[in-house]
Amino acid sequence: MKRYSRSPVAALGAALVALALSMAPVFAQDDEAAQPPGWDGIKKEYYDGREIEEVKTGLVVEAPDKADDAAVVPVTVYINSDLADNIKTLRVFIDNNPMPLVGAFTFGRAAGIGPKTISTRVRFDSFSYIRAVIETMDGKLHMASHFVQAAGGCSSSALKDVATAAAGAGQMLVKKVSKGQRFASQQHQSMVTAEAQVMLRHPNFSGMQMDPATGKYIPAKYVQELDVTRLGELVFHMEAGISLSTNPNIRFTYGSVENETLEAKASDSDGATFSATSANNS
Amino acid sequence: MPNALTRKQFLKRTAALAATSWLPRMSRAEARKLRMIEVAPGLFVHQGVHELVSPANAGDISNLSLIIGRDALAVVDTGGSAAIGRGFLAAIRAISDKPIRYVINTHMHPDHVFGNAPFVAEKATFVAHHKMARGLAARADTYLRNNLRLIGEEAFAGSEIVLPTDPVKEPRDIDLGERVITLVPRPTAHTDNDLTILDKSTGTLIAGDLLFSGHIPTLDGSIVGWLALIEVLRKEEAARVVPGHGPASMSWPDSLDPMERYLRSIADDVRTMIKENKTLTEATKTAGASEKDKWLLADEFHVRNVTAAFAELEWE
Repeated sequence: MKRYSRSPVAALGAALVALALSMAPVFAQDDEAAQPPGWDGIKKEYYDGREIEEVKTGLVVEAPDKADDAAVVPVTVYINSDLADNIKTLRVFIDNNPMPLVGAFTFGRAAGIGPKTISTRVRFDSFSYIRAVIETMDGKLHMASHFVQAAGGCSSSALKDVATAAAGAGQMLVKKVSKGQRFASQQHQSMVTAEAQVMLRHPNFSGMQMDPATGKYIPAKYVQELDVTRLGELVFHMEAGISLSTNPNIRFTYGSVENETLEAKASDSDGATFSATSANNS
Repeated sequence: MPNALTRKQFLKRTAALAATSWLPRMSRAEARKLRMIEVAPGLFVHQGVHELVSPANAGDISNLSLIIGRDALAVVDTGGSAAIGRGFLAAIRAISDKPIRYVINTHMHPDHVFGNAPFVAEKATFVAHHKMARGLAARADTYLRNNLRLIGEEAFAGSEIVLPTDPVKEPRDIDLGERVITLVPRPTAHTDNDLTILDKSTGTLIAGDLLFSGHIPTLDGSIVGWLALIEVLRKEEAARVVPGHGPASMSWPDSLDPMERYLRSIADDVRTMIKENKTLTEATKTAGASEKDKWLLADEFHVRNVTAAFAELEWE
């Protein structure tokens, strides 16, 4: 694969679109699922086969060893200050999902400095490693992974209660969940690391779920982009695939100043947009 | 007839299975007549085991009922595989040779519907909650694949999705000949397509999976809805109840108590944790801890229940 020449975000977007297009016919057909590219394929596709260092501390992927609901598997990525303060991109992959890229994150000034944490919930199509790969400013690649025994999460029906889900569709929330703490690297800053959460009521159709009315697969329709800002300044930008669970939920750390509001904007693969603003008193 | 919707799909996926049904050793499962208990005059129940589905139990994990009227029979749920459905049919034929007019499914779950196929030849009408066809069709692929994997080709051979042909949208009486049963579609609780059956002549309520005993309750609908429905059910009169999982017959309504305590402990703990901005991961470790060990198969289903409750309650 050729090296990306454009900005990382644009290149990432292009890669995602290319991947989505290459997957589309598979989703549309009444056939066995496509063979996922596996870790070797992912390395080639996203990192040009470059060396990736497996990190023992400093980057941790926390997920259950055996997930009870493969459609809602909680995962948290912990990044220490050394990596977080030099981060260019964070990508999360599930090797054996038909579209392995769960999400690609780039961070802005309002992400703050010091350790970062990002949590979300994902789908597993079959037993697989889930990995976090960080590219730092110096171009080095760092990885941590966790093996999860869970299967069927991409194709399992998205909605337990169809009527209630339809009634609330599109609703979005962003809220601060902890006021946060000051880390060593923040001693001389006016900022502390706080935590917040974005929630969106969206079916996040994977393209692998059956539509009972037609007997065909429901076309993929999923949250593709999410931007979170603090008073207009970027906290993070995420590009996502089909692996986020129904009603995507992302919890993240950010650099908190006083009395800020957080804004969240998302768009899905059909071009629908969603937005929310936090209350500034919490 | 099975609905054409999913037929193509399961035919494709079960083509390999069909071939294996010629194997002579299949006849063992086929001939196994299920044991039935008469819990009230003319009302027989087969009690499933409290296990995960496996090749050994062939999906025989839920309670199945037979109601005998003057003119005809009604069957409630059919077990987790065609083999269990055949065993149930054999047991029914040892009791009565009247026509099987209705096969009623209490909800869409595989352990209650995969025994439907052998009843197609009986020309029965397949009756269920009006939302069941949608729910089951949406999950057909997953249910077939998972149950084939868990039960195995041999024991699962011939199992297929048979969708209801007679959807129930409003409460309705069915007359089997001097025996009237009332079907009531319920709002979302255990699933979004739970149906209860009341046998009026004996006052027996067949609750499906709206009542668990022994086997831990499993949540695939709405915990808020289920807790609300428990209060409604409690006021309905019945002499006894047949749970979806548990003894063939139980007293009513006190048999609801342990299940309500379990569900309420999850709902209370999860609500508290959401208020404290705790995460889903934290909730799966502690919510409902005081109640979960009172149930069989807690290790298999409890975390899943908490996950479902959390995903629902965080939007309150």
